[in-house]
Order: sequence, then C-alpha cells, then structure tokens
Amino acid sequence: MRKLPSLQDFKDRNVAEGSSYYNIDGEAYPETGWAQFKQVVTRTFRLELFVGLWVVLREMFKFNIHTVQYPAEKLPIGPRYRAVHEMQRLWESGTERCIGCGLCEKICISDCIRMDTKIDENSRKAVTEYTINLGRCIFCGYCAEVCPELAIVHGGRYENVSEQRAHYIGFEDMLTPLDMAISGKVAEYPGFGAVTPHEDERVKVTPLAY
Amino acid sequence: METSYLIETIIKIVTILLVFSALAGLGTYFERKVLAFMQRRLGPMMVGPYGLAQVAADGIKLFTKEDIIPTNVVARIFKIAPVITAATAFMAAAAIPFMPSFTIGGYTVNPIVSDINVGILYVLGVMAVGLYGPLLGGMASANKFSLLSAARGAAVFISYEVITGLSLLAPLMMVGSLSLIDLNNFQIEGQWMAVYQPVAFVLFWIAGFAETGRTPFHLVANDHEIIDGFGTEYSGMRWGLFFIGEYANMFFYSFLLAIIFLGGFGDGSVFGAFALLGKVAFFFFFFLWTRAAWPDVRPDQLMWLCWKVLMPLAVINIVITGFVLMF
Ligand code: SF4
Ligand code: SF4
Repeated sequence: MRKLPSLQDFKDRNVAEGSSYYNIDGEAYPETGWAQFKQVVTRTFRLELFVGLWVVLREMFKFNIHTVQYPAEKLPIGPRYRAVHEMQRLWESGTERCIGCGLCEKICISDCIRMDTKIDENSRKAVTEYTINLGRCIFCGYCAEVCPELAIVHGGRYENVSEQRAHYIGFEDMLTPLDMAISGKVAEYPGFGAVTPHEDERVKVTPLAY
Repeated sequence: METSYLIETIIKIVTILLVFSALAGLGTYFERKVLAFMQRRLGPMMVGPYGLAQVAADGIKLFTKEDIIPTNVVARIFKIAPVITAATAFMAAAAIPFMPSFTIGGYTVNPIVSDINVGILYVLGVMAVGLYGPLLGGMASANKFSLLSAARGAAVFISYEVITGLSLLAPLMMVGSLSLIDLNNFQIEGQWMAVYQPVAFVLFWIAGFAETGRTPFHLVANDHEIIDGFGTEYSGMRWGLFFIGEYANMFFYSFLLAIIFLGGFGDGSVFGAFALLGKVAFFFFFFLWTRAAWPDVRPDQLMWLCWKVLMPLAVINIVITGFVLMF
C-alpha cells in the first residue's frame, strides 16, 4: 500500500523524487511507426475497451443511485441560510409585528419594496400594500437589518421561480401563518436582534392613549 | 392470390411502421434509463410511473412544437431531408425477416415484407441512401456548423460503407446467397456465422456504430461546439423524424447482426423467435452501453481506424476465406 502523505507532503510543491506527485501515465508516446503499431496491437489485445464497459455495467447493477428527486425531496440547507423574506408575527398572540414604519422601503437599495399604509378603524397605522419584487431584490439583508420590530426577516425558501420576469411576493405570502406562530413552530435565532420569549407581555398592541 | 397478397403486404408494412416508430420512442426511454443507471442517476421519473409516460410526453411535444423554417435555408431541401432519413430507415426494413414464418387459421404468414433475392444488398444500399438525410439537411441549413457536421458525417458514412460491404463478403461467399432468409437457414445445421467468421462479425459490428452514428463514432453531432450538428436548425417533428430514423436504424442494424451472425431465428420455432428478439435486445443494449462507457474518437482517428486497420483486416479475411473455400 502507498504510504499516506502527511500534510507536509502536500505543502511540498517541489516536484521531485519522493514527493507526493507522480505521473499518471508513465508511458512515453511512441515515436517510430513500429512502436506505434506495437502500442495499438497491445492495447487491442489487452481489451482495454472492455474495462470501461465493465465499470459502467457494475455501477448499473450496484444501483447505488446518488440523485435527489428534487421537487419531492430536498437537500437540507444551512440553518442560517438567508433567502426569500418572511414576515413574522408575535409568538403568543399572533399579532403582526410590522408597524408600517416604512424604513425597509426607504433603505432598500434596489428599490424593490413597495408599501402603503392607512389609518385603520382603531386609528392605528395598518399596512395595506406590501410587495417585494424578488426579481430585483439582491438579498442584501438591509431591510431585515433596519426593521425596528424584527418583522421582516430572511427565511429558508430559496425557490424564486415564476412565470413572470418581474414577480412580486405580497404581504400575505410572506406572513407567517397564524397557527404556526401561535403553536411556536417558527424558528428564530436567539441572541442579538431576536425577540425574547414572553415578548407579548411587554409588547401588547400599543395603546394609543394612556 | 393477388388481392390477398396485396392486403397481407399492406398489413405487414403498416405493422412494421407502427411497431418500429413506437419502438423508436421506447428506445429513447430505455436509452435514458440505461445511461442514467450507468451514471448512478435515475433518469426520467416525473411523467407517469417510473417516467414511463415520458415517451408520450415527448411525442406530444414534438408534434405540437412550431415547425420553424429559418430565413436563409434552402426550404425545399431543408424540409425533405428528415423524411429521407426516416423513410430510408423503414424502406430498409422491407427485406429483413423479423420472425420465422407462422400460421394463423391455416394461413401462413412470412413476417418479411418481401424476400427479394438480393436482400442484404438492398438493405445496405437503402441504409446508405439514408446518408442523404443528414448531408442534405446540413447543407441546406445555412449554418456553418450544420455544414461541418454534415461533411464529417458523410465522410464517416462513406468510409464505413466500405467496411460493412467488405466484412459481409466473406459470410456471403460461404452462403452463396444474398437473401437474409438463406443466410439464416445456413446457420440451422452448422454453427452460428460468428463462429466461422469472427473477424467479419466484429468488423460488421464496429461498422454498425458508424452506420447508425452512435457514440464512439458519433461525429454527426458537434460535441466540441456543444451543438447538435446537422439537426441544429431543425425543430418539432422534422427533428423528430431524424430521431426516429436513427433509432429505427439501430433496431434494424441489430436485426441484421443477429440474423447474419448469431443464428437469426434458427429453425423457426417459437424459441427461435424469442431468441432472435433476445439477441436484438442485446445488440440494442450494447449501443446504449458503449455510449455510457466510451468517449467519441476524433475524426482523424476514425479515418485511421477505417482505412488502415479495419479495411485491411476485412480484405485479409476475404482472401483467407476464399482460400479455405477453394481447398
Ligand atoms: S434584501 Fe436588500 S434588496 Fe432585498 S428587499 Fe431587502 S433591502 Fe431590498
Ligand atoms: S421596517 Fe419592519 S416594521 Fe417597518 S415597515 Fe418594514 S417590515 Fe414593517
């Protein structure tokens, strides 16, 4: 068996005797016509072509398939992957976190967030329109960075295929489903910039008048 | 006799057309599956169970696609070229016995459209005419890459016609007939022709890859320019006809190999019929197998192989056979 090379061997770029570099095919090219002829004949009768045939046939019978049937099966992505946006809710009450402040629209460097707000029946600011043109978004993460309420975050959905070149995702598509929010199935990362548990006790729907 | 003969022949022709068009479709499915398994993939899986309906999906796609005739092409020749490929492939089938003859309701059916006495000559001749499909298609396409591919394809086809013809001469000298039925019957008493003529068998087999344009000799496609070769400008069913022609040719060539060299359908029993199908299936599988295993050779290597190796071998084989037959 060949001695396994140490790290030192790998760092040695000096192609010399004893290093871990070796020629794959040591045979020199034949130079005379006779040598060429001999090479052809030996290669033919050594049945080199059948080696390749055997290898693929063996792989076929082993049936050791390495593919993932993509839309049905998906490879797990890294837990900190940051892809298509999500709109979070509060954990216990399920109230939308977005307060319609418009900071994300302002900071978006590719101008792809479009939002509109109104004063609703309780005299509170409510979001009426909110779309992100994912065709233009460069996933810089500024919107998530600037959001004071930790409402807009980047999620793990990475498929942005659409029939339209400029395709939008609306507020409802991004919004965490209510049941998921209340049952606590939404994963958020602890630490700086994350909501703390029992946030509800502190962040009730803010009263307008005390 | 006349009417019944006419009806029988028409039924045979229609059957062959339908069966082999369908087989060409199924052939693409098997090709994808076999190649996939050999490369540790699954192949088509989406349409139908195990992707079986993929063939139908491809058919629908080919038939409904827009038939584009690009601006600068020579339209008439461009349109007729794919028909030449498909038509000659099926015309060649007229002299191939696909099964031993059998009897239904007291009526004996010979599953060959016409047992002409120059059968094999006719088959090879018509297959050779199939060259005009790619050649004219490539030349009429107003695309230099199509033209290059057509020229390369023509060089390969014409060179390997020589090998096909010469390698067949020796078996034909032994049998003394050009009819494929006679060739088959010759092997009933004695051994398979491949035992008497192993060199001719291997040469004819190798030439088959060039005749059908399959992988080690797949020079009709421009792999180096990553485009398809003479079919680049074609779309829809016109391209599909090229495809059907190629696959039908593969099947017919497999039949030829099995009938001439591997005993054909033997003495005509049911077992013989199934043995023939098995042999054909093996040769067809081998076409796919080599595609997964071997790289394409360079055009100059292909010519070198043809003129400097295979042709001398074929000639030597003929001379030796001649001497053995004489003494
Ligand atoms: S990630 Fe960047 S580009 Fe995308 S919406 Fe947020 S701020 Fe705009
Ligand atoms: S920055 Fe946050 S809270 Fe403000 S509008 Fe955007 S998503 Fe809503």
